[in-house]
Amino acid sequence: MTDASNWPDQLYDLLRSANVTQFAYVPDAGHKVLINRSLADPDAHSVALTTEEEGVALAAGADLGGERAVLLMQSSGVGNCINLLSLINGCRFPLLTLVSMRGDFGEGNPWQYPMGQAVEPVLKAMGVIVLRCDQPEDVIPTVTAALTMVFQSCQAVAVLLGQRLLGAKKF
Amino acid sequence: MAALKKLPSSNLPDAVLDRRQAVPALIDRPQDFLIVTGLAGAAQELSAMTGNAPNLFAMGGAMGAALMTALGLALAQPKKKVLCVTGDGDLLMSIGGLATIALQNPPNLTVICVDNGHYGETGNQESHTGLGVRLDTIASGSGFPAVHTINTETELEEGRRLLRENGLRFILLRVKEGPPLREKRNLVPHMERENFRKALLG
Repeated sequence: MTDASNWPDQLYDLLRSANVTQFAYVPDAGHKVLINRSLADPDAHSVALTTEEEGVALAAGADLGGERAVLLMQSSGVGNCINLLSLINGCRFPLLTLVSMRGDFGEGNPWQYPMGQAVEPVLKAMGVIVLRCDQPEDVIPTVTAALTMVFQSCQAVAVLLGQRLLGAKKF
Repeated sequence: MAALKKLPSSNLPDAVLDRRQAVPALIDRPQDFLIVTGLAGAAQELSAMTGNAPNLFAMGGAMGAALMTALGLALAQPKKKVLCVTGDGDLLMSIGGLATIALQNPPNLTVICVDNGHYGETGNQESHTGLGVRLDTIASGSGFPAVHTINTETELEEGRRLLRENGLRFILLRVKEGPPLREKRNLVPHMERENFRKALLG
């Protein structure tokens, strides 16, 4: 039996086995393993962004060229993406994003709540399907489903990795 | 009319080139490239130059998206030459993308900024570049290994050479304000994607 507590490494392997080759991110503790694995992977592009909406456009360009991208971001970055999600929505680009949540379960920094709590309605308003993981056992089946939805059915899907899963940062 | 003051450091000569001649003269054979354009003038110009050919993905909105869309495409298609053609307003909105692209250093990408110093689509207000902000200096500082500024016709030749060479390039094409070439173009966004992918990927 696979140990679900090792989900970050399993998640990287899952994304790579689904031919995701462009990993775009603004650095974040919740995505540390994925970021480090992509940096060490000679067959992947590890793209550090200055702001999250760059990753939305990158994913569109990857699709134009026949590659698959994933955008890794923190919940606060979702707000930076909104207008460029019209590129995804209007052109029917596939988009997979994994969102590490703040302003969520047990958050100790009140500055994180406004965007954290707005993530789901904001994404849905822009036509992005929202899935959520709160337990280690959820991650692989949820991202497996998301990969089908995105790259087979050409949808935009955000998988939220909740603070119950990641652990709330201590203040 | 009241206006923002020009930067005291502003020392560029007044733009003299007409974009309707300068952009086609610089790109020369658009069929040799995969091209992503930002919205407005650049999209209209390249649509007219190519007759809406499917090697062109021209934005009709999503301001600030052209630069990074071109990076995703360049990384996915390392054997093809990719051009990002965009205006100063679009580039200013995504300026961090220059830093992101320089770190990736894709040798098959050239960014051409058609800089008229104005927001031509929205009332022709002066842009930051019209007030002295230098996108060529920002591209150099971001780490673009080759940056070329075109103020006059004689500098076009070097630009033509650079965008056909290997290596990441930034070309600042300074033009007068005024209309781009225009042709009626497709504004249905998902057709842009479908046509481009079909022509490139089959």
